[in-house]
Amino acid sequence: MVRLDGVGLHYGPVRRSTAVLHDLTFTIPEGGFRWLLGASGAGKTSLLRLLQLAVRPTEGELVLLGESIGPALRRRLPLLRRRIGTVFQDFRLLPHLSAYDNVALPLRLAGRPEGQIRVDVSELLNWVGLSRKLAARPAELSGGEQQRVAIARAVVGRPALLLADEPTGNLDEVQAERLMQLFHEMNRLGATVIVATHNDTLVARHPAHTLLLQDGQLVRDD
Amino acid sequence: MTDAPRRLRPAGSDDLGLRRALSDRLLPLLVGAMAFLAALALAGVVAAAALAGHWQRGAAATLTVQVPEPMQDGRLDRVLTMLRASPAVLEAQALSENEMEALLRPWLGAGSGRIALPMPAVVSVRVRDTADDAGLAARLESAVPGTLLEAHDRWLRRLSVLARSLQACAALAMGLVAFVAIAMVMVATRAGLSSRRDAIEIIHGLGATDGFIAGRFARRAMRLAASGALAGALLALPVLLGLTGLAAPFAGGEAPSGLWALALAMPAPLWLGLPALPPAAAAIGWITAQGTVRRWLRRLP
Repeated sequence: MVRLDGVGLHYGPVRRSTAVLHDLTFTIPEGGFRWLLGASGAGKTSLLRLLQLAVRPTEGELVLLGESIGPALRRRLPLLRRRIGTVFQDFRLLPHLSAYDNVALPLRLAGRPEGQIRVDVSELLNWVGLSRKLAARPAELSGGEQQRVAIARAVVGRPALLLADEPTGNLDEVQAERLMQLFHEMNRLGATVIVATHNDTLVARHPAHTLLLQDGQLVRDD
Repeated sequence: MTDAPRRLRPAGSDDLGLRRALSDRLLPLLVGAMAFLAALALAGVVAAAALAGHWQRGAAATLTVQVPEPMQDGRLDRVLTMLRASPAVLEAQALSENEMEALLRPWLGAGSGRIALPMPAVVSVRVRDTADDAGLAARLESAVPGTLLEAHDRWLRRLSVLARSLQACAALAMGLVAFVAIAMVMVATRAGLSSRRDAIEIIHGLGATDGFIAGRFARRAMRLAASGALAGALLALPVLLGLTGLAAPFAGGEAPSGLWALALAMPAPLWLGLPALPPAAAAIGWITAQGTVRRWLRRLP
């Protein structure tokens, strides 16, 4: 479950801080699916960063996967982060690691046995059509291929919360559709999924609950 | 998939790309230089302690008593009796004619024993460390007037101060070397953190603990510091052997000839201290990197 109660986010020093999110209050039940919509600069990426625990809220209460984030001890956060999968707009792959190792990283951090990692990672990279590029580094992959590696990395640990920021931006229509099938499958298996996008066609093709942000404020939740 | 797995990296390998971030050239080179200096400083500590001990043992243990007109009224016998009765005296022995001749030979040449000069008797006295030289001299002068006691305490004090100063300087040099090594590892680690900031943030976001990230840096810094210190210690070994050869005559021995003799002559504390440099450097690298990285990671949520 994801619950925000009056959550705000400010960047910078307290007196001259810039508020990017204001008084966000909404709840997404466990296993829910939400489109996160809004114009560029509306605060979608900041909200996803909050939910990914890359930043902590400066106001209000955020409850994520049963844990209240505000007072949570710092050392508890890594375990929570391992239950969250994120597809970043800019992929955020490690340039010195192969596609295989990038995808294997969350499993290795979680201490999974190498034999199981090999099976899971190979299967997933095969599913996203990169079975012949396991050893390729990000610089040797196209934008679409990098995005698919990033998607594989986000879902390989079967996260309880899956966040995606413009995940279809570099994919063709067929790949985008396959990705949505993957997200729906993850959702069907119990993951809470939040997808930020500008792609109206995709949203129309996969109707679901929508969160609409405008200037850092939630203007629609239906 | 068929060609790829053999090119995949083993689990736990360089996830953060630290092979480039913490160069395997500069840090080992600098730590090696520090280890070399530490070896020399250690040699200074050991040499100062050994020489001071040798000098102190030689000087502290003996007094010299001169007895003019020794045969008159049994003056020499009275002095010897008095000395031997003193609890602070371990041994009192009048030098024989041959020993006196050997003592005077550098000044009077061979055959000095046949020169008809009124020579005082010389008594060599070994005393305990706690002996009261001034009190003993006063009692001797009172019992056998004209008796002179030559104590070495002033010279001994100066020697002792010199030796302690040398040891303190060498210890200070070792402390400075350790401090510089810590500073170097800290700077190298911070540079590595800056150059790998993105990778660290990504891996942190995927659920890596501070311990995991700090451990990667610490392991890399430990290996680099240990390898540098090993090279520095190996380079210092021939220098220390050479110094051992040069110092041996001052410690009362003969200059050892041959590598094996030099190795045997090198003090045991150096043989123990030199191999301890790489583990010490490794510990400095590991602890410093751990602390630096963990402090840096506190800025992340």
